[in-house]
Parts: sequence; C-alpha cells; structure tokens
Amino acid sequence: MRSATTCLCLTAVLLAAIIQGRAQERPATASTTDPRVGLKAGFKDAGEASKNMERIANLPKPEGFFDPKAPSGNPAPPERPETPEGAPAGAAGEPAAAGTTPGAPAAPRTPPPFDPVVANRPGFTNSDLAFRDHHVFVGNYHGFNTYDIERPSKPKLSASVVCPGGQGDVSVHGNLLFMSVEQTRGRLDCGTQGVQTAVSAERFRGVRIFDISDMSKPKQVAAIQTCRGSHTHTLVVDPKDKTNLYVYGSGTSSVRSAEELAGCSGLDPKEDPNTSLFSIDVIQVPLAAPSTAHIVNRPRIFADEKTGALGGLWQGGNHGPGTQTARMTNQCHDITVFSEIGLAAGACSGNGILLDISDPVHPVRLDAVVDSHFAYWHSATFNNDGTKVVFTDEWGGGSRPRCRATDLLNWGADAIFDIVDRKLKFAGYYKMPAAQTDQENCVAHNGSLIPVPGRDIMVQAWYQGGLSVFDFTDSAKPVEIAYFDRGPLDAKQLITGGYWSTYWYNGNIYGAEIARGIDVFKLTPSEYLSQNEIDAATLVRSEELNTQQQAKIVWPVGSAVGRAYVDQLTRTRGIQAERARMVKAALDHADDLRTGHERGAPAVLEQLDALATQLEGDAGAATGRDAVRLRALAATLKGRAAKLRQ
Amino acid sequence: MQPGAPGESTRIISAEKAIDLSRVQHTAADVKFMQGMIGHHSQAVEMVSLLKARSTSENMRMLGQRIEVSQLDEIKMMQRWLEVRGQEIPGPHAMHMHGATLMPGMLTEEEMAHLAEAKGAEFDRLFLEGMIKHHGGALTMVDELFATAGAGQEVEIFSFASDVDADQRMEIDRMGAMLRELQK
Repeated sequence: MRSATTCLCLTAVLLAAIIQGRAQERPATASTTDPRVGLKAGFKDAGEASKNMERIANLPKPEGFFDPKAPSGNPAPPERPETPEGAPAGAAGEPAAAGTTPGAPAAPRTPPPFDPVVANRPGFTNSDLAFRDHHVFVGNYHGFNTYDIERPSKPKLSASVVCPGGQGDVSVHGNLLFMSVEQTRGRLDCGTQGVQTAVSAERFRGVRIFDISDMSKPKQVAAIQTCRGSHTHTLVVDPKDKTNLYVYGSGTSSVRSAEELAGCSGLDPKEDPNTSLFSIDVIQVPLAAPSTAHIVNRPRIFADEKTGALGGLWQGGNHGPGTQTARMTNQCHDITVFSEIGLAAGACSGNGILLDISDPVHPVRLDAVVDSHFAYWHSATFNNDGTKVVFTDEWGGGSRPRCRATDLLNWGADAIFDIVDRKLKFAGYYKMPAAQTDQENCVAHNGSLIPVPGRDIMVQAWYQGGLSVFDFTDSAKPVEIAYFDRGPLDAKQLITGGYWSTYWYNGNIYGAEIARGIDVFKLTPSEYLSQNEIDAATLVRSEELNTQQQAKIVWPVGSAVGRAYVDQLTRTRGIQAERARMVKAALDHADDLRTGHERGAPAVLEQLDALATQLEGDAGAATGRDAVRLRALAATLKGRAAKLRQ
Repeated sequence: MQPGAPGESTRIISAEKAIDLSRVQHTAADVKFMQGMIGHHSQAVEMVSLLKARSTSENMRMLGQRIEVSQLDEIKMMQRWLEVRGQEIPGPHAMHMHGATLMPGMLTEEEMAHLAEAKGAEFDRLFLEGMIKHHGGALTMVDELFATAGAGQEVEIFSFASDVDADQRMEIDRMGAMLRELQK
C-alpha cells in the first residue's frame, strides 16, 4: 500500500464527464449484478461470496498486532463527494470547513473523547507474505508473524515478532528473513517507542535481516540503512555468484537528512547530481557473513539514454484530457526479478520498466512504458515463459474505494504486456469485475502465478474487493475463473482492510487480510479449470517462495500434467476425441504400474511412446497454443515412459 | 517477542507492551504542521478560484482543477486528523488574516492582490510562479516537520507528510515545465 491521503478525485470528475458526454458508448464499469454485490458488512460476520474456490481456514491476527479496543482498524478520512466537471467543488466554502466564516477562526467544536490508540491503528496493518517449507511469514507494519502450515486447513501461530516500522514486507532466503522499513518511527532495536530526536543513530529505515534458524526465536543480524527507507524489496540471486545474495531496495518515502545518514539528499538532480531520488538501492549480502551486508550500487535506472539526465522517464502529470494523472518517475514501488531469463520488471511510479539483470549489481533498462489509464505503477508479475508481464495500477494508493460501479474497468486495473524482442507491448486490461461499495478500499494489488501447465493463471488481491483468479493465456482477453469476497468491514465508514497479498503456495492460496488475519483457500474444479489442472498445479512443490523473486516453474513428470493438457486441448477442440481417450487410458495404465519392468508394462510404455509420436504429428498440423500443448503433452507421455523405465 | 538491535538477543514481551504506542503519538509540532497546512492549502484553493475567471488556457484550467481537488481533499483529511485528536481546527482563512504569520511560501496580501488584477498570459505567469513558490513552501514545512524532534512519527502524519512531499514536488516540476513553455 502506498499511503494516499491525497485523493485523485479529478479522475472521478473526468469520469463523470466521460460518462455524461458519451452516453452511447459508455465505458466499461464494474458489474452490479454479481453475487459479490451487496454483501453484508461486518468484521467477523461479514457476508461472503465465492466461486470455484473454498475457504478452508481463517486465523485472526494474534495479540500484540491489533488494538483490542478496535480490532478491525481505523476509519479512513472521508472523501470529497464527486461533482461533475464544471461544478466547482465548494472552493473555500466547502462544507468540510463547517462552522467557519471566511476570515474568522473556526468556532471551537466539541471534540470526541480522545483515544491515543485510535491514531495509531494503521500501525497494525498486515502486509506481504513469504513462504519457506511449511511456514508462512506474514509481514505487518508492526513486525511479522510466522505460521506453521503443515496442515493448510489448520494454520498454527509459531512466532510473533514485534519490530515496527512499516510496511514490513518480508522475503526469505534459507535461514535469513528480510524486512522492509520506511517509517520515521522505525528503530534499530525494534522498539515501539519511536525516535524522539530529529537526527538519531537509533532510527532505522531500510532493510532488516533476521536469522531464523531458530524459527521460534528470530534474531536481528543486520539492518542496512537507506536514504528513503525501504517500501518494498526484492531478493536477487546471481547465477554466477553463489557467495552473495542481492537485495533491490525500493524507497518511496521522503529522503532523510545527510546529518542522520551521510550522503542522503532529497534535492532535484539539477541541484545535486548525487540526489537520493531517481535510484534504487542494491544491497549485497555475503551469505557467509550477512551482518556485513551493505549497499553496493544505486543505479540510475530512470536516466535519459541520450542526455544522461537522471529523470529521463515520466515527468508527472496526465496524458491529456480524460486521462489519468501519474506521479513523476523518481522511484520504483516494486520490482519483480526473473533471474533465469535475466529480466526484471519494475513498477516505478509513472512507468513500467523492463530491466536486464544479467549483472544484478548493474541493472540496465531495456524499455519503459506509460499508460494513460495508470495512476501509479505498483507491482509486476511475469508469466512462467517470461513472455508477458502483468503490471498493477494502485490508483488511490490502496486506501480508497476504486472498484465502484462508476469506476472504469481499465483504471486501477492490471495492464498485461507482451514481451516482444525485449520490449513491452500492451495487450489488455484486467480488473476484478464486481462493483464494490464506498466503504471498501479496492484496487489492483499483489498476486502470484498458479502453476497450471499450459496456461497463464494468476491469483490476485484486491483489498476489500476480495481475491480474484484469472487466466491471461490470451493476454488481450483475460478471463476470471474464481473469486472470494467479503462485505465491507463497516457498513457506514471505510475502514482500510481486505487482502494485501494472495499467493499460491504448494497447493493452496494464502491471503494476508489487513484486518482479519490470514485465510487459506483451495480451488474447486469448474468449466474454467478442471480437477486435473488443479492436480497438476499441486504437483509443483516449492521449498521457498518470494513472489517478487520469480523462479521458472518446472512440472514434475506426472500423469496429472498430461491430463491437464488433454483437458485444455479438449476445451479448445485441439485434439481428436479418440486421441484424447487413448491418451487418458494410457496414463491410467501407467499409473497402475509400479515399475516399467513388471508384467504388461512394456506394452503400456510402447503405447505411451507411440501416442507421443502421433501427438507430435498432430502438433505439426496445428497452430498456436494447441500446437504448443500437443508438443508438451507428447513430451509428458515420453517423460512418463522414461521414468517408468528407470 | 521483540528482537534487539543487530547482534543483540531477542526477548519475550507481553501483549500490552507489544501494542504500547504511547510514545509514538502526535506532538505539538505535528499539530502545528497540520493547522498551518490548512491555511497554506486554502490559499492554493483561493488562487485557483482566481484562475477560473482569469486564465483562458485549458491546460491551466486542468492544472487548477487538479490542485483544487487534491488540496480540498487534504484539508478535509487534516481537519479530521485534528478533530480526532481534540485539537483546534483553524478556518481556511485564518492563516492570512491581517497580521497573521504567513506559512512558508505563502503569497503576501500584496502578491495576492497583484495576481487578482492580472489577466491572460500575465496571469498564467504570475499564477505559476506564485504556485511554485507556494508549493515550495509546503516542501519546506515537511522538511521542518521531519527536522523537529519527535515529530512525524505517528503513522498517519508520516504518510500524509510523505504524500505532500511527493505530490507537490510533482506539481512543481509540472508547473516549471508549463512556465518554460509560456516563456518561449
């Protein structure tokens, strides 16, 4: 989440104008007839709607991570009512300035009883997730919690670590856990008391490293101070260097003073070419001595290629009448790396960028795109082939309702780009399609791939818009295939909540709910996704998952993978019915064998090989995705036979 | 549990201690910042109301609308922030009443009067120059806030001040470009 007290209400004004002006070609907005519309509000008893998935567990936030007086969180400030263009919004006589007459101080009001904790409820926001073995780490503005998910339907709290500073995004690498800290209250010693002096050696803003070899008692081993703090971070492995791990730190907040941290400067590049703006932090972590981790580079990835000007990308502002206003690109919000293909996708304020990270310390920009519907480039996800990127737009910063019936479906949405010759080429938009209320903060947020072979499928968090699973195999025409949603936290006021992140891990979907704790889901089969496809996705097991650090998914040789391809080919009529029947029968026979040497086995193995050859022939006559899937199916059958022969 | 500084040990703490944010509360400087910023923002809104009558440029009108919308929204947010904390909420004009101390970057009465008399391209120039100075003052206020002991710690004010810094920096850049265009 980006803090967004600022309202980009102009967008709403313009939208109203667009709708009024073009009644005939009304732009696409959210559905108002969806089962997700009109769910009952509530903290623990909200109405729920789901399709093609099932919630199997919920565990509320542990003690120490909420205010017992107001467990659901705090209300967000009211938003200026929308007014059509031309009707000036109140000017100085706005009702909000109630009780005042121009030129006179406000009449004293009766203040509500002051509750000191109320002011700090955003301090307990759940944030991003990371996974290792059978544990999930749930980041929080106040620290992090570790849960044992050996039985996904019965998550158990294993440790609560208090260490405030927000956003608390977490990543894990072996026995090291990394955490982002940006707020000025962050302390080196994890204290909750804040920092009482303007310049202090006790303040911490940057990336913390914890040793989690004793999961029940993490220990802080390093804290790398950065000028803008760390809003998010991304772990990067260098395939050529096993002794070091790298961290890309993205700071989006104000720059601290040089008195507090030498070298920091918040000046315009024209005034100070060494400004801390217009860069990311590259931290080197020597794995044998993580306590010596330090910044090794601040690459100028937004620089103009010709002039060398540091701010070479989006200069801020809008793209013309009726378009979105985006901030100047002087920061990345989040970077996703895919080391196996040597690429990173940066969601960087006013731009989406593609980086060559074959030398992780010196990322090189390959391309940068803008989008007239995007307000804030927030995060990025590659597909598994590395041929597409899904960028999200966090319009309104995550604390605003941006999925209402009046909000456009291509604002605050995902933009899907194809990667063609290492350049980004726009293909389509996706937005969770059900209209949400004014009381639900909702916009595109964090998600991960679901490893269904042969398709590009992602599960994504939409804050109080719930979670949505969608297929973007056709990047121009994404399709929703499953969802879960709750009613708002409160019926009358907007209390910031909902899913920060929803990620697939080893067969289940885990959601970090800002206010309601963690949820665990399983997918159920439907016309959009078969049980075989779900089984094939479940075959993929990871020992570690940091969503911003993508690794190529490789499916084990299993019959479920073959059956998933058959289902897909059947859906697109890309396989003859008889061939499909034969393949399924052969896979069933193969599953009955323990080895390829037992009685009757040779015939089954021959059949698998023969079918593989026929499928390759079919592939030669097919085109597009059918051809790809036929070849993948042939390879799966061969692999299955080869494995049995071992 | 609560870890220590790097290299130090982790200790067990109680739930009460864990949520004790009593020392991360707003300070007098935070309140002064919010009260001052209301007046500061109000002047921007007032300048935009002049713009509506005096500029003929569509670009300027769009800019004005954007500034007005964001500043009004933030004024509301600041009023609510003060209200929740039981603090006095200044009226929108309190800060440029006769004799009041101007917040950094604010236009003087004379400068405002001068702006109110200008028209067309001359108005646009004065508006952009004035608003750049005005927004620059907001950045100064944020810098001063973070340079004050104990200020800007509470989560909400940290977020707000960071946003003001980012948004106004962006608008300054934008207006600088418009001003250069105007002077061509």
